Amino acid sequence: MKLAVWTYEGPPHVGAMRVATAMKGLHYVLHAPQGDTYADLLFTMIERRNHRPPVSYTTFQARDLGSDTANLFKTACRDAYDRFRPEAIIVGASCTAELIQDDPGGMAETMGLPVPVIPLELPSYQRKENFGADETFFQIVRSLARPVPRTERPSANLIGPTALGFRHRDDITEVTALLHEMGIDVNVTAPYGATPSDIARLGAAHVNVLMYPETGESACRWMARELDVPHTRTVPIGVGATRDFVAEIAGLLDVAPRLDDSRLRLPWYSASVDSTYLTGKRVFLFGDGTHVAAAARIARDEMGFEVVGLGCYNREQARMLRALARDFGVEALISDDYLEVERRIEDLAPELILGTQMERHIAKRLGIPCAVISAPVHVQDFPARYSPQMGIEGANVIFDTWVHPLVMGLEEHLLTMFREDFEFHDAAGASHHGGKAAPRPQVDPAPAPAESGPEARGGAVDIVWLPAAEKELKKVPFFVRGKARRNTEAFAAQQGVAEISVDTLYEAKAHYAR
Amino acid sequence: MSAQGCTATPVLRERGQREVFCGLTSIVWLHRKMQDAFFLVVGSRTCAHLLQSAAGVMIFAEPRFGTAILDETDLAGLACAQDELDNVVTQLLSRRSDIRQLFLVGSCPSEVIKLDLEKAAERLSQQFAPRVRVINFSGSGIETTFTEGEDACLAAMVPTLPQSDAAQLLVAGALPDVVQDQMLGLLADMGLADVAVLPAARADDRVTVGPNTKVAMVQPFLGETLAALTRRGATHIAAPFPFGEEGSTAWLRAVARAFGVSDAVVDRVTEAPRARARRAVAQAAEVLSGKSVFFLPDSQLEIPLARFLTRECGMQAIEVGAPFIHSGLMAPDLALLEAGPVISEGQDVDLQLDRVRAARPDLTVCGLGLANPLEAEGLTTKWAIELVFTPVHFYEQAGDLAGLFSRPLRRRAILQREAAE
Ligand code: SF4
Repeated sequence: MKLAVWTYEGPPHVGAMRVATAMKGLHYVLHAPQGDTYADLLFTMIERRNHRPPVSYTTFQARDLGSDTANLFKTACRDAYDRFRPEAIIVGASCTAELIQDDPGGMAETMGLPVPVIPLELPSYQRKENFGADETFFQIVRSLARPVPRTERPSANLIGPTALGFRHRDDITEVTALLHEMGIDVNVTAPYGATPSDIARLGAAHVNVLMYPETGESACRWMARELDVPHTRTVPIGVGATRDFVAEIAGLLDVAPRLDDSRLRLPWYSASVDSTYLTGKRVFLFGDGTHVAAAARIARDEMGFEVVGLGCYNREQARMLRALARDFGVEALISDDYLEVERRIEDLAPELILGTQMERHIAKRLGIPCAVISAPVHVQDFPARYSPQMGIEGANVIFDTWVHPLVMGLEEHLLTMFREDFEFHDAAGASHHGGKAAPRPQVDPAPAPAESGPEARGGAVDIVWLPAAEKELKKVPFFVRGKARRNTEAFAAQQGVAEISVDTLYEAKAHYAR
Repeated sequence: MSAQGCTATPVLRERGQREVFCGLTSIVWLHRKMQDAFFLVVGSRTCAHLLQSAAGVMIFAEPRFGTAILDETDLAGLACAQDELDNVVTQLLSRRSDIRQLFLVGSCPSEVIKLDLEKAAERLSQQFAPRVRVINFSGSGIETTFTEGEDACLAAMVPTLPQSDAAQLLVAGALPDVVQDQMLGLLADMGLADVAVLPAARADDRVTVGPNTKVAMVQPFLGETLAALTRRGATHIAAPFPFGEEGSTAWLRAVARAFGVSDAVVDRVTEAPRARARRAVAQAAEVLSGKSVFFLPDSQLEIPLARFLTRECGMQAIEVGAPFIHSGLMAPDLALLEAGPVISEGQDVDLQLDRVRAARPDLTVCGLGLANPLEAEGLTTKWAIELVFTPVHFYEQAGDLAGLFSRPLRRRAILQREAAE
């Protein structure tokens, strides 16, 4: 038993719903109590889907337990077939139905429905949403995909995009165009937009583009084994990764690597002088393993940030991310405990957080700029405009998105120069952000001792800020104050100084000057 | 119209797929209302995910609710689940010294494995007395629908209320603070100054019950709470629910009569706010008048709201669906609702949607899972959940309540005009 406050992932049957809702001509019969129908709103409200998820819930109640939950399931199955006439049905249990052991798969198989019925075993008390999506898609592929002749022209499947995915809709468009430039057709995109009959012809492709390992890896592995379709390892998020991806595809298909980078702006924007202020910005990254790994590379190699910490919430990617973290000389945080992530961020005091909607809330509370790079998603993660993460346009979008929360180039210096100016105080924020600037408080409230020392923030070191130093620290612009505080404390600890004076502050500044 | 209204209308009872929340959802507003309470759901990742999804953007650092997620080891042996629960509660209470009431909330999984939360609550109550009182109730989807979570919670609190023989008024149902203050103000002006409210904001706020307690309900979904109060000797003041000018006045008048306050006093106290409410409702009613409305089951507010929309806003009800109809509590509102609409209880969502499509109502009141799909079919919808999360009771909110229904219609009209250009 573990106390959870906020969760990064839903239960595994929500992962199955992400697959079912992304597909067409497939129906999911889910043995579940009525409250579990809340999951529909994730798709209709967050993603603004204009149709109900293709899910029939049995909505059994307490009075049905022990009598006819099994019959309820069969009725739901038959009604779903009669009403929706799907090409295939997936059946499974949510956490509660798993406990009553009705065996939906077994029951559905004995019903003699005229379409394939695919049973799902998703252990609700061990696994989570991403596993559920990956496993569901794998089972669908395993049941329906058959060896078929390869297409004459070189072709690829796009594997992994689901409903409620982070920018999956636009990544599909971008990767399709990327392949098109190399003369490669898209055979099938799945699960997003695929029908069960499309799944049957997955084997016609020459290669699988594994867009999202979180949701497509098991299916890709199976196809490599059983259908002899190899898959890509590079996820084309970022400039370097996109170039690597093109090279990988070219190698797998024996075609010439081609990349039209005429619209690529990230490298020049990053090199232009206005971006100098990005140098060495301390960033913390958190999200699903795939997006964090891609973002880490962009952050360091393409934006010139310093990655001070990274982590993911999905254990499936823990090994990969730990290896990556070693590469970056940091320790990976593998956790789905929101409070633990918050503590890590507080300890590291980064200048920018690249995270999920959860970290956006942490960032807001701590006053740290933040951009979203990964699911779990929010209605804001489904913008009306085209905003992929992958490929050339993805890189451009990422540059804009990450820079947006920061205070811009010269403005940063103006804020530093005129920090006593009444319009340029901390709460004023960056000029390109909405919201009314709050006037500077007239009286500086005496620093509350509880807020000042590191001990108040959970640090183990016994270091005290003298009032004058604390006051001086307040003059440091807010967007670098976290760094200044941290550096000074680290410096003091290193020097064995127990009290931080104004001098300590400036000695630390000199020490860390770059 | 007949004096009976819909009293004699046969209820269409349906038993099929339901598209409704479970009672856990009530925690979203209950934890805001009770400021020193923590709601600990004993359940699964699904329960945690539901709470988070229903709470939407309201992410607080550490909210006063959480889920003790059962895992495989808990399912294997029950003795250990009780120990595990003790550990979770001990950790929680040691970190949160502000917590005075702890609710252990049962879920489908905890009920299916027959995890005895009552026993746990008794044991933990003893362990943490006097600082923290531990109470259990069920918010599970196999026992409760949406607002029935509040009913189960309040009903569970009733046995813990101290006994009192004083003649007093007790108002049951969680209201937003601003609305509660308005209500208490009106009652005080009528000479009823000493009013207890269940749930109280804090554990120390004294709420008592006894044979001379008279109970007025401000929420229609509190059948179990009323039964529990009745068992403690309290008597019920039957009244329409205080939505709109008419409902608010009828409710206040019923309470006044129960305490021997004359109609003249009620008239004097309510005259100004009644006039304001009528004016405010009239604006929205311009849009609503003559339009048809179809309620899908959600919160049990459907019948009183249909009464408000038909009688004060000039709408026509096609079907009024409720997850459950408590005939005793609903009688006054049913009597006022003009006969005509289908009154349905329970749900078979696909059949009901067939009826919606056939009737093509001007406005469909439904859950979040159905709203956008129906909009995409060209129907105008109102999310039912907003009716529960928004201050809508009593006079000063009557205009807002009508506005919640008129806004989608106004919006559709505006957008069509733009599209036609
Ligand atoms: S219906 Fe049951 S299992 Fe589902 S969220 Fe509600 S209490 Fe939890």
